[in-house]
Amino acid sequence: MAEKIGVYVCHCGSNIAGVVDVAAVAKWAEENLPNVRVARDYKFMCSSLGQEMIEKDIKDLGLTRVVVAACSPHLHEVTFRNACQRAGLNPYLFEMVSIREQVSWVTKDKAIATEKAKMLVAGGVRRVAYHQPLEPLFVDINPNVLVVGGGIAGIQAALEIADQGSHVYLVEREPSIGGHMAQFDKTFPTLDCAACILTPKMFTAGTHPNITLLTWSEVEKVDGSVGNFTVQVRQKARKVNTEKCTGCGVCEEKCPKKVIDTVFEAGMGTRKAIYTPFPQAVPKYPVIDIANCIYFQRGTCKACEKFCPTGAIDFEQQDEMLTLHVGNIILATGYELFDARRIPQYGYGRLANVVTNLEFERLSNTAGPTGGKIVLRDGVTVPQTVGIIHCVGSRDIKYNVDCSAICCMQSLKFAHLVKEKTGAKVYNFYIDIRTPGKTYDEFYRRILDEGVHFIRGKVAEVSDMPRFPGEEGKLIIQVEDTLAGRQLRVPVDMVILSAAMQPRADAKQVGQKFGISCSANGWFIERHPKLDPVATMTEGIFIAGVCQGPKDIPATVSQGAAAAARVLGLIGKKQVTLEPVRASINAERCSGCRICNNLCPFNAITFIEDRTVSEINPALCQGCGTCVAACPAGAITGSHFTNEQIMAQIEGVLWDLNGHGVKQELELTRA
Amino acid sequence: MSDTFEPVIVGFTCNWCSYRAADLAGMSRIKYAPNVRLIRLMCSGRLDPQFVFKALAEGADGVLISGCHPGDCHYVEQNYKTMRRFALLKRTLAALGIEPARIKLVWASAAEGNILAEEIDKMVAEVRALGPLNWKHDGRPQTADRGEHAAVGGLRSAVAEVAA
Repeated sequence: MAEKIGVYVCHCGSNIAGVVDVAAVAKWAEENLPNVRVARDYKFMCSSLGQEMIEKDIKDLGLTRVVVAACSPHLHEVTFRNACQRAGLNPYLFEMVSIREQVSWVTKDKAIATEKAKMLVAGGVRRVAYHQPLEPLFVDINPNVLVVGGGIAGIQAALEIADQGSHVYLVEREPSIGGHMAQFDKTFPTLDCAACILTPKMFTAGTHPNITLLTWSEVEKVDGSVGNFTVQVRQKARKVNTEKCTGCGVCEEKCPKKVIDTVFEAGMGTRKAIYTPFPQAVPKYPVIDIANCIYFQRGTCKACEKFCPTGAIDFEQQDEMLTLHVGNIILATGYELFDARRIPQYGYGRLANVVTNLEFERLSNTAGPTGGKIVLRDGVTVPQTVGIIHCVGSRDIKYNVDCSAICCMQSLKFAHLVKEKTGAKVYNFYIDIRTPGKTYDEFYRRILDEGVHFIRGKVAEVSDMPRFPGEEGKLIIQVEDTLAGRQLRVPVDMVILSAAMQPRADAKQVGQKFGISCSANGWFIERHPKLDPVATMTEGIFIAGVCQGPKDIPATVSQGAAAAARVLGLIGKKQVTLEPVRASINAERCSGCRICNNLCPFNAITFIEDRTVSEINPALCQGCGTCVAACPAGAITGSHFTNEQIMAQIEGVLWDLNGHGVKQELELTRA
Repeated sequence: MSDTFEPVIVGFTCNWCSYRAADLAGMSRIKYAPNVRLIRLMCSGRLDPQFVFKALAEGADGVLISGCHPGDCHYVEQNYKTMRRFALLKRTLAALGIEPARIKLVWASAAEGNILAEEIDKMVAEVRALGPLNWKHDGRPQTADRGEHAAVGGLRSAVAEVAA
């Protein structure tokens, strides 16, 4: 029987209709394309009225195929498939043509845009004629969840999921969870101490019956897909038996080797070769830093072993490989700080009293190396004047183009802390002040009222070369005050650089491991920048926190909870529906050449020795179609992307060139 | 060559990176040459070389193939297979007397709408400079400037069979 195809061309308000003559496209399709029974245009096809129109036509006119020419299928393909289904038509007998993203938004000339739209519609109409009714695939969801990264985003996500009753594996690279937030002193704008609000959450995560903490561990390999991921995790050898360790801390006390702590203390303080990064660390078990341990380097010492009251030190302990089975994965891998040495004129690393934001956090933190005293590098001198430079390595085309989102508020917080603790004169050097959060601008006003100086201008240089009286022994900040229109030299005792948040150096590799990609700036890409900010293009992989882009703690916590909600939604459904785009082999045509066998990265194709044919396991097949294209016998079919469908679409999009143009009623048999 | 010649190019994109790059180009309102008509595949690895022959046989002057960057493939490594096939395809087309510049492989991530648009503009200019392919169409009306391309008559019947 001949197919009856309905074609629906959307105006999208003026988004499409402002450039493409939608009525002409519909009329042309109805008059020229084979099997088109009806073609209409409508203001908003995706509206309920638009959808009802399609449903009515399916019922009244007996349409057997539907084509909608509107926005990208990534936006509304599901909407119209559902409409078809409601009207009793198999949802896969529908095809969507993108004439907004691919035509009206990218084409200047209206006549040319209309012609291009016609050809794309012709491609859709020709393709849809060969569509076959398909049933979606259902995959069971393993309720276990993997959360990668134990910062506040990962902790929040893990707690939300664990509280609901599903099991969470929380993997953290460092010896303790807590992330950057554990390093901070006070948090803006309320100035409550970071540790006070974070450590209870860390403790809960550490003791929760539904959370398995895997610290000092890294994900090595991820296989599988939504519902059923298999993850290999390397648990690095702590050289401490956590079954026996009580976390008493004697080992740390007795360890004779002091090391500068470049991670937690940001180089401002020291730790021992066996250490927990900070007193409230979760878990409480220490790790031995092999590169600095006297026993591992010289073969003698073992002080920790001698003094350990429970015999927990195990120098022979090896890395362990764990295999986890999870249904969903949340990545909350955070950020790293911009290396301020890359801007040599600011003197970081060369001038002792130029410090970064993270170093200042440790300096100001009562649990930090100076006990919370803000002093110069000599450890005693209290600064009289302090300069805070905003946007170091952010909003700068040479380094990171994006705004770090938190530096303004963080710099305001620093200004307050310095004033409160030392009474020093404080200068903020800013490009723009950005305080868009709840009660953030009030905080800015408060700091202004406290008498902090604000100078608008990008700092040119920080030097220790005095030129004028009063500059001796000082750091001199050279800047143009762009509001006053004059050059300034501001002598200060200490400079704080608000260094940018930037993607982790290995973000790209981590993304590849999990099958997601990074934006041009290096942050993980979300499925939709506004409407789907914690999902990714890969089903079952979610992102939360700064690994998605710079943001403050409230936004990070929200994203952690949001990602958890998305995962819990999937767990609650117990099953996920997958596109029935799968390859299958026609055993009668298969010659057993085995060319396809090595092409599949998912090991979905196996060779059946006794029948000398290959077979595809639909549960493993991801539907890429590489084997379909490779089969020399044409024995493999890729559903919904069959050769017939694509060949027909090629003919369609070249309708103006390939000599069609006469309306033909094609007799098509349904499979 | 006529000044008014506008090539028609068929583009094959993968679903995950380059089709979304096209989406992004649209969302960013980047204007690019309207000569390319895109067809979505799940992966650039699905690109059967027959599709390219078919497009050229049906009147396209060039074929664009686009996928995720090497290492970024949604299906782990299938774009490497595209790369291998592309090299073979180029050789085969050259043997048939078709200029290599008529087919182009572009890697465009979902964040690279601008790159896809730039590459489309570049390719359209290149194919415009080459002029029409003029691959003969059996039994179908020919426009005046689209005459016979001698070398490819034999292949046409093969393509017709494949399509059937």
